[in-house]
Amino acid sequence: MNNIQLDQQGRLKHFLGIEGLERTLLIDILNTAASFLSIDAKAVKKAPILRGKTIVNLFFEPSTRTRTTFELAAKRLSADVLNFNVDTSSASKGETIIDMLHNLEAMHCDMFVVRHNACGAAHFMAQHVSPHIHIINAGDGEHEHPTQAMLDMYTIRQYKGECAPLRVAIVGDILHSRVARSDIHALRTLGASEVRVVGPKTLIPKGVEALGVKVFNNLKSGLHEVDVIIMLRLQRERMQGALLPSAHEYFQYYGLTEEVLKVAHPDAIVMHPGPINRGVEIDSTVADGERSVILPQVSNGIAVRMAVMAMILGVVIPEQKEVH
Amino acid sequence: MATLSILGGRVIDPASNVDLVTDVHIADEKILALGTAPPDFSAEQQIEAKNQIVCPGLIDLSVRLREPGAEHKGTIISETRAAAASGVTTICCPPDTNPVIDTPAVAKLLQHRATEAGMAKILPLAALTQGLKGEHLAEMGVLKEAGCIGVSNVLPIVNTQVLRHALEYAANCDLTVFLQAHDKWLGHNGCVHEGAVSTRLGLLGVPETAETIEVARDLLLIEMIGIRAHFCRLSTARAVDMVKEAQVKGLPVTADVSTHHLFLTELDIKNYDSQCHVNPPLRSQQDKKGLREGLLQGSINAITSDHQPHEADAKLSPFAMSASGISAIDSLLPLSLRLAEETQIDLITALGYITHQPAQILGIEAGTLTVGHKADICIFDPNCQWTLTPDNMHSLGHNSPFLGWEFKGKVSYTLINGRVVYNNLDSR
Repeated sequence: MNNIQLDQQGRLKHFLGIEGLERTLLIDILNTAASFLSIDAKAVKKAPILRGKTIVNLFFEPSTRTRTTFELAAKRLSADVLNFNVDTSSASKGETIIDMLHNLEAMHCDMFVVRHNACGAAHFMAQHVSPHIHIINAGDGEHEHPTQAMLDMYTIRQYKGECAPLRVAIVGDILHSRVARSDIHALRTLGASEVRVVGPKTLIPKGVEALGVKVFNNLKSGLHEVDVIIMLRLQRERMQGALLPSAHEYFQYYGLTEEVLKVAHPDAIVMHPGPINRGVEIDSTVADGERSVILPQVSNGIAVRMAVMAMILGVVIPEQKEVH
Repeated sequence: MATLSILGGRVIDPASNVDLVTDVHIADEKILALGTAPPDFSAEQQIEAKNQIVCPGLIDLSVRLREPGAEHKGTIISETRAAAASGVTTICCPPDTNPVIDTPAVAKLLQHRATEAGMAKILPLAALTQGLKGEHLAEMGVLKEAGCIGVSNVLPIVNTQVLRHALEYAANCDLTVFLQAHDKWLGHNGCVHEGAVSTRLGLLGVPETAETIEVARDLLLIEMIGIRAHFCRLSTARAVDMVKEAQVKGLPVTADVSTHHLFLTELDIKNYDSQCHVNPPLRSQQDKKGLREGLLQGSINAITSDHQPHEADAKLSPFAMSASGISAIDSLLPLSLRLAEETQIDLITALGYITHQPAQILGIEAGTLTVGHKADICIFDPNCQWTLTPDNMHSLGHNSPFLGWEFKGKVSYTLINGRVVYNNLDSR
């Protein structure tokens, strides 16, 4: 489906979405990320792998966290980084996405890391850039956020081991979540034994079962004996769209507390793409508790983004060192 | 007195259920005779139509000419020329031009420009409410006098009381109301059918109920008021059933469907193909099947192109941000012919959906080859195979998901009031 992402040799050309990518490729990304984690741990956090390459962070939506980790990833690989935050109001003044792309292309950049509020924006750009330009999707509307999914998979593998038959629950606003969609595709491709989505009917998209998940509207039954819990951020504006009555009620029925966590597997880990809303989707005691792997997710995010950038720009990846 | 004979073609007139190889003789803008010409008749011009089909000129219930207001997408001249090249002789224009067709001046401007161009007959639809805002009634009486054939609001009228009054007043003017059923809030800002595809792509969905709830509300008002109503561009199988039920009950309602809803589904969107961004959205396989069955059973009465030409840039952005609509007049006849080939619908019935039936809906004397009627005629080669490309599209807009499709059947002549307005040989 997403074969526009691959070149003729089947290597990664763009990274637009998890859907349609082979299991072996996803595992390649994870293995490559593992080799980069050692760079992160060094005193001098730099490898000359992308020296002379220029990477543009092209963000049409405000983001600090994701943009920063992409920037760090690129810099640790010695690439030159340009941050381009497109004020949506100036975009609406008339310059089209195509014009903007071609302008940036004219500055001889090699890769665009794109975040846009329109679904399919990264696909659209990949279809229209010159052949030597690469696109990484850093989130397109409610569609996909593939590097987030890969860092989630990396974190799961780190704590649960390779190829473990896992039961995973994704909890919260599935309807608006690009992270949920990418995670679902990644978990299904990598062979999780069961993927569940948990949330109120107003936040579960129609026909989501077709993606290969089980739907639960009750938190406790959804978390029963799961090995991994991925909590999603609840945007405040959901209360305005009449999707939920209040943050207070949401927390009461869908907030992750120590009490609720007891129904999960005793070794279950708790994940969250951040930034977290304490007391809305997750209780502080859980977010800061020993089952939480939210901060390791952030560290892994840099290594995963380094891996994707290095693989796409076609450089030779250093020999596998031992994993952690 | 200009005279013309079309010789040896297979004459198909769905209105009179005629399908035979014969000659058509035209005099004084009208059809004079089928078969043998009167003894005193001599044709100044002859068209050899052997192995061709001669049928009434096509009538398209929804064509955006883009003039006035969006001339960079299309003009009356460019789009009526495309109509002529597609065998279409009469077109009905929705009132959502800029300015809106809510004053006699705009209605007359359109018809005046069309008469000047002389390529197709234009029948404007008047706005039901001023500026299509759903608040104050448009001057339906004078708009009718200015040539408007019916009334429509294109956009939903949210206030049910206003809708009720608008329908009552339209009934008072003896105007048919053309309804586009979609709820303003369900599927607000949505751009694809709500279901597995919208979920996979992350795009905001438009549920089936956005159409059916509005159809239900409209039908109850239609029954209460007793007005003649036509549902434009039904997209769901469920709505077809509801309209059918109303027809069985004896309500004066009709419906049409666009060619793209008969041939495409949500699956054709693939990875955000903006050429498939249409409103109402492409629906499920089940809906496509239901719409085809609706035609077969007679609950849907006509096929329209729902022609909406755009400049290339309008489609050159991510799916939800791209303009909706298809430049479709070029593919109206070939897709209708394809329907006859693919389904149990026979050729004469298929041609009826784009000639006689829309004429009935509009209440006009057209869409037939009966003697005495204006000679609006389409002659096409049913065996000519061709591929739709941007180069052979006649509309100014080349936005079509059917580009690259292989078609069978191509227009060779189009006549309006007995005058040849398009000739395939000249345009080669």
